[in-house]
Amino acid sequence: MPDKKPKNLLKTPLKVVNVGLDIFARDLARQGRPVVSVEWMPPAGGKPELARLLSKLGG
Amino acid sequence: MTDIIARIESANAETLRRLLGADPVLIDVVPAREALPGLKDRMILHAGPPIEWERMCGPMQGAVCGVAVFESWAKDLEEAEQMAAAGAFRFEPNHHHDCVGPMTGMTTVSQPLLVVENRAFGVRAMCAINEGLGKVMRFGGNDAEVRDRLAWIRDVLGPALGAALRELGGVALKPLIARGLSMGDEMHQRNIACSSLLLRILAPALARTVGDAGALATILDFIGKNDQFFLNVAMAMGKSITMPAEGISHSSIVTVMCRNGTDFGVRVSGLGEQWFTAPVEMPEGLYFPGYSEADANPDMGDSAIVEVIGLGGFAMGAAPAVVGFVGAGPASRAADFTRSMAEICIGHNPEWTIPAMDYAGAPTGIDIRRVVDTGIAPTINTGIAHRKPGVGQVGAGVVKAPLASFEQALVAFAAEMGVT
Repeated sequence: MPDKKPKNLLKTPLKVVNVGLDIFARDLARQGRPVVSVEWMPPAGGKPELARLLSKLGG
Repeated sequence: MTDIIARIESANAETLRRLLGADPVLIDVVPAREALPGLKDRMILHAGPPIEWERMCGPMQGAVCGVAVFESWAKDLEEAEQMAAAGAFRFEPNHHHDCVGPMTGMTTVSQPLLVVENRAFGVRAMCAINEGLGKVMRFGGNDAEVRDRLAWIRDVLGPALGAALRELGGVALKPLIARGLSMGDEMHQRNIACSSLLLRILAPALARTVGDAGALATILDFIGKNDQFFLNVAMAMGKSITMPAEGISHSSIVTVMCRNGTDFGVRVSGLGEQWFTAPVEMPEGLYFPGYSEADANPDMGDSAIVEVIGLGGFAMGAAPAVVGFVGAGPASRAADFTRSMAEICIGHNPEWTIPAMDYAGAPTGIDIRRVVDTGIAPTINTGIAHRKPGVGQVGAGVVKAPLASFEQALVAFAAEMGVT
């Protein structure tokens, strides 16, 4: 098995892609770290009834 | 794929086929009483979903009073207001009459209407002629200057344009739009290229059909000085393109988006003539010197029909200059708007492409399922009216369609599909 452990992860400057709450990205940005935040929100704005209908209607 | 989803996908494909298969041609200018058989005396068609006098915003009430005086139904604005409050006028949406109107969208019997025929499907849609910039009725202007201009449009410009268009045998609009997109227009807040291209086509015909040299000069000057002259043509075209796409069973594609300054309204192909409304949003934009957000009226007009067919905010990638004009960030963001709108559409228009985006087609066919799923609201480029009657335009900006109207439509659509 080849060794897939990232050898240089902590030896080179980090470039971060944040998938989640914006506050994580903002904290890193405040520390001067380059970070890109993925624009994401739960399906149907997190409204369960609409999400349930969409699961049957497709799209 | 379930049977329900398969039926929706099939209906949506047919809806897109009709939207993309349109052949809109500007054929004539006709007085509204002839063009719209359902339009009666003392009836006022307005922009947006249905609304009564009491709930109308300031500029729409101002325009109602102005148009009532223009039609000689009232002797002055005060009497017009009293008559409106007493129920003397019947109010109906333009969209109920195969018609559209920008901002307040006033359509009454004696106004000349642009007629666009969708020759691929044999339908016609109408829109009043653009009045120009500044203090105009579509932004709630209603004084003698505004009404005198409307009278000139009725008596001189409208008949002249009609004669010129008939002499030309019509003007095909699809290729004109394609050229406009390549010249920086998005056909909502920027119509400079298409207005100029249209004038280039019309001018020789006008010269042949208008006998009086002074009148001809005034007409050419009026069109030539109005960068937004083409907007109303684009709107009638948009309605003519969407009409054949209405009423397709099981289709979840949007056929109408419009605003009356109080409510935003959506119609969906598979749900026929039902309106789904929510409080309209306030545009974010730039204001003319001396005005601010405190002066602004919430969003208004049937002009969002151009976004329904993939133009306006959906084609922002073609018009970086508009991004700056409406205060929506740096010009480099223009393509982001178009990419974002592509996420809520089921297709692209291969004939309306955007050179700066490697000739990507304009996003077309807004699917309410995608809007609700992603939470991405349609972006609409818009003018901003003063909230008080009689003042006019105070700025331009971008507004988001309220998601609540799409959520309501989705619930109704699910019920229509038998999904509980």
